[in-house]
Amino acid sequence: MAGIIGAFVSLIGALFFLLAAIGLLRMPDALNRMQAGTKATTLGSILFLFGIGIMQPDYLGRVFILVVFIVLTNPVSSNALARAAHANRKRIGAVLSPDALADDEARIAAGDRGTAGTKEATHGA
Amino acid sequence: MADTVFFVAVGIAVLALLLSGIRFALGPWAVDRTVALDAMTILATSLIVAFALLSGRRIYIDVAMVYGLVGFAGVVAVARYLEGGL
Repeated sequence: MAGIIGAFVSLIGALFFLLAAIGLLRMPDALNRMQAGTKATTLGSILFLFGIGIMQPDYLGRVFILVVFIVLTNPVSSNALARAAHANRKRIGAVLSPDALADDEARIAAGDRGTAGTKEATHGA
Repeated sequence: MADTVFFVAVGIAVLALLLSGIRFALGPWAVDRTVALDAMTILATSLIVAFALLSGRRIYIDVAMVYGLVGFAGVVAVARYLEGGL
């Protein structure tokens, strides 16, 4: 019984993996691909690995450690990828109309060392 | 029953890995390739754990942990290089 439940939980996780891969193929630019490729793989890996842990309860402790590791590190790499895409925003063809990070960088480059984000940013009209 | 459903799940995960590999080969800029590499790292980690269950050797879960650590460090290093901070 536990084997069937675990197998179906793994199947739902694998479907999230497939959705992430389709999003990677079909999304128009690098920021959208990052959004589709990291969030869906995080949820998919949680379900896939816990399904394996339900099927084989001996593995559950190490699988739990691995899931905690993935949940902690995947947003960090997602953030680094988003900043890399933003640094190359002239080339990747993304539409970034309200761009608060570029406004902050321009203000800091102009010599304003105040706390970032406290002023009302003048987003595009 | 359970084995059949789990084999289908592993097959879908391998298909997702192949589709991410297509984006890795196509991706017009280096950022797109790095995004695909990040997704492929998570998929390969999950598939190594699935291989640990299928082969019955729990040592492969430790291999999956080390692979996830190295893949995370690699993705963050490449992303920082593309940002210009390395």
